[in-house]
Amino acid sequence: MTTAELTKKDTFLAALSPLQFNEDSYFEGLRNNAKNELNELDFPTSKTEYWKYTRLGKIVNNTYTLGQPEKIDITKFLIPNLEAHILVVVNGYYSPELSNFTEVDGVTLTSLSAAKKQGFEGLKKYFNQFTKAKKEIFLALNNAFHTDGIYLEVAKSNSVEKPYHILNITTGNNTLSQSRNLFIGNVGSMVKIIESFINVCGEKNFNNHVSEFFVAENTHLEYNKIQDKKETNFSVATEQVYQEANSNFTINTATFNGALVRNNLNIEVDASNCETNLNGLYLGKNKDHIDNHTVVDHKKPHCNSNEVYKGILDDESTGVFNGKVFVRQDAQITNAFQQNNNILLTDNATVNSKPELEIYADDVKCSHGSTTGQIDEEAIFYLQSRGISKKGALKLMINAFAKDALERISIEALQAYIDDKVEEELE
Amino acid sequence: MIKINNLHASIDGKEILKGINLEVKAGEVHAIMGPNGSGKSTLSSVLAGREEFEVTEGSVEFDGKDLLDLAPEDRAREGLFLAFQYPVEIPGVSNINFLKTAINEKRAYFNQEPVSAKEFLALVKEKSALVELDSKLANRSVNEGFSGGEKKRNEIFQMAMLSPKLSILDETDSGLDIDALRIVANGVNKLKSPNNATIVITHYQRLLDYIVPDFVHVLYNGKIVKSGGKELALELEEKGYDWIKNELEVRN
Repeated sequence: MTTAELTKKDTFLAALSPLQFNEDSYFEGLRNNAKNELNELDFPTSKTEYWKYTRLGKIVNNTYTLGQPEKIDITKFLIPNLEAHILVVVNGYYSPELSNFTEVDGVTLTSLSAAKKQGFEGLKKYFNQFTKAKKEIFLALNNAFHTDGIYLEVAKSNSVEKPYHILNITTGNNTLSQSRNLFIGNVGSMVKIIESFINVCGEKNFNNHVSEFFVAENTHLEYNKIQDKKETNFSVATEQVYQEANSNFTINTATFNGALVRNNLNIEVDASNCETNLNGLYLGKNKDHIDNHTVVDHKKPHCNSNEVYKGILDDESTGVFNGKVFVRQDAQITNAFQQNNNILLTDNATVNSKPELEIYADDVKCSHGSTTGQIDEEAIFYLQSRGISKKGALKLMINAFAKDALERISIEALQAYIDDKVEEELE
Repeated sequence: MIKINNLHASIDGKEILKGINLEVKAGEVHAIMGPNGSGKSTLSSVLAGREEFEVTEGSVEFDGKDLLDLAPEDRAREGLFLAFQYPVEIPGVSNINFLKTAINEKRAYFNQEPVSAKEFLALVKEKSALVELDSKLANRSVNEGFSGGEKKRNEIFQMAMLSPKLSILDETDSGLDIDALRIVANGVNKLKSPNNATIVITHYQRLLDYIVPDFVHVLYNGKIVKSGGKELALELEEKGYDWIKNELEVRN
């Protein structure tokens, strides 16, 4: 730990210090705990194993101003042909004017700040519960200084067909924002969520986001995360997930660009007969840096997890994949499947891929694999020799490569939107 | 149809083709035979537009156009088809989807409407029957997990779908058993018309029992050293390539 790094953290904390939160003593206490934790934490360096391939200089050396609520035109961020409830968060503040949703029986939906004021039972039970013991600086920063986000709770045995689409937007230059969501699926419920992380013009914005998920017994929860923040912005996002028995959790992450994107996905499978799907597709261009770190922790027997991450890296972009699967001693008959495949389109693109398995049980089926390659030139020529342009051939091959990464998305309009987006990015 | 004039080509600075002259007219079938390393596959690669080969001299006129000036895809759209010696496996890209893209890109090139789904399916049905290709294979990924014979039949199926003016069959007989050979050759013969032409490149005479050539050329050391009728193939089979080599030495 050097004094220079300490200064960076101090600068960061100084930028956050004007934030005032009029919350009751319970939530204030949680923030204070996190602030105390921050005294002992510092920004990781390349010597920190967990951050080895992602240097944070771009984020921590920048000087920020705090994000403010803002009114913007959201129409171009909506997904065509998608019937969804629309929830809008701008620079970490919930925007009731821009949001557009209807009340649904069995669904409690409000901003996180409003939920805190109303003191919902579910909120006190689950908020901050899955993140507090992690001792990680970005989590602690969010725990201490998050502004607002979405609180969504689905009551027991309620299936909600119409998806919720959250637009999480940052604006301006050098804006620092910390949004925070809590999603609760009570016993036997079903809900689908999409969250788009977008930037409206501006550069060097940093959004440090946290979502917590509680997935109760027999619950199906699908979360689709679209990151499209342009090549000049930074984001760190942490998803903290807790699964109960017979539950099914699916997260699909599509990252289209970003100067520095880091996803920390932590899934705790703490009961039997669970299914967990975590899939991702990342497209890097220019000097994008896209880092996916995932942890699936199988603690109990008879669970399945499937993980497929695929990357296509162009120009001088970098991809990082680190997927860790724990199979604890109790977790017999676990099936854990993990796969990471990458295509490098240029000689200057880079991938660091690290699949990891830590198995303490003896009756399990686990596999992991990682490949990094280039587009098969011979195949491109073959397609060209049948009258397909080089660009068309490349498109066919990349679509074929990317296809199974996001096939778990159950929302058709979203699938089509992502397909179009992939094609657009490849132009 | 195609006029090859004094064609020289090299790869990595090494000259492989040393002045090829060949003219193929509509309705004709030409066979090019020759020992290993004589430049047979280089010739087909250069004509199809493979980038690794550099044309250092000569010209190729295809249907009035300068073939060497066209990108590989434009050569295909203009009606050139190469059946690969080693068809490439392309996981994830379906045979059908790829062929539809190919047909539509060709149509767009000639400012034509895309093929309708109905029309396309009828075409697939008709043409796959021609080479006895299981319709299941048509729906699979391009060549992925196909047997050697299935790959070659798939080449001829694609040829039928694209109805080229000039087809070059590069060692299509290699790796085929006698039944597959018969099916492939039957397919090629059924596609023959007075308006198209075929160049059959082969090491062995065997294929020429089924696809009967009008002309046979012997390629040796980057040049066509002997041309004749279909009987030349039989003579070659009987006397072996050494006969040609010896004859050349005597002449020199």
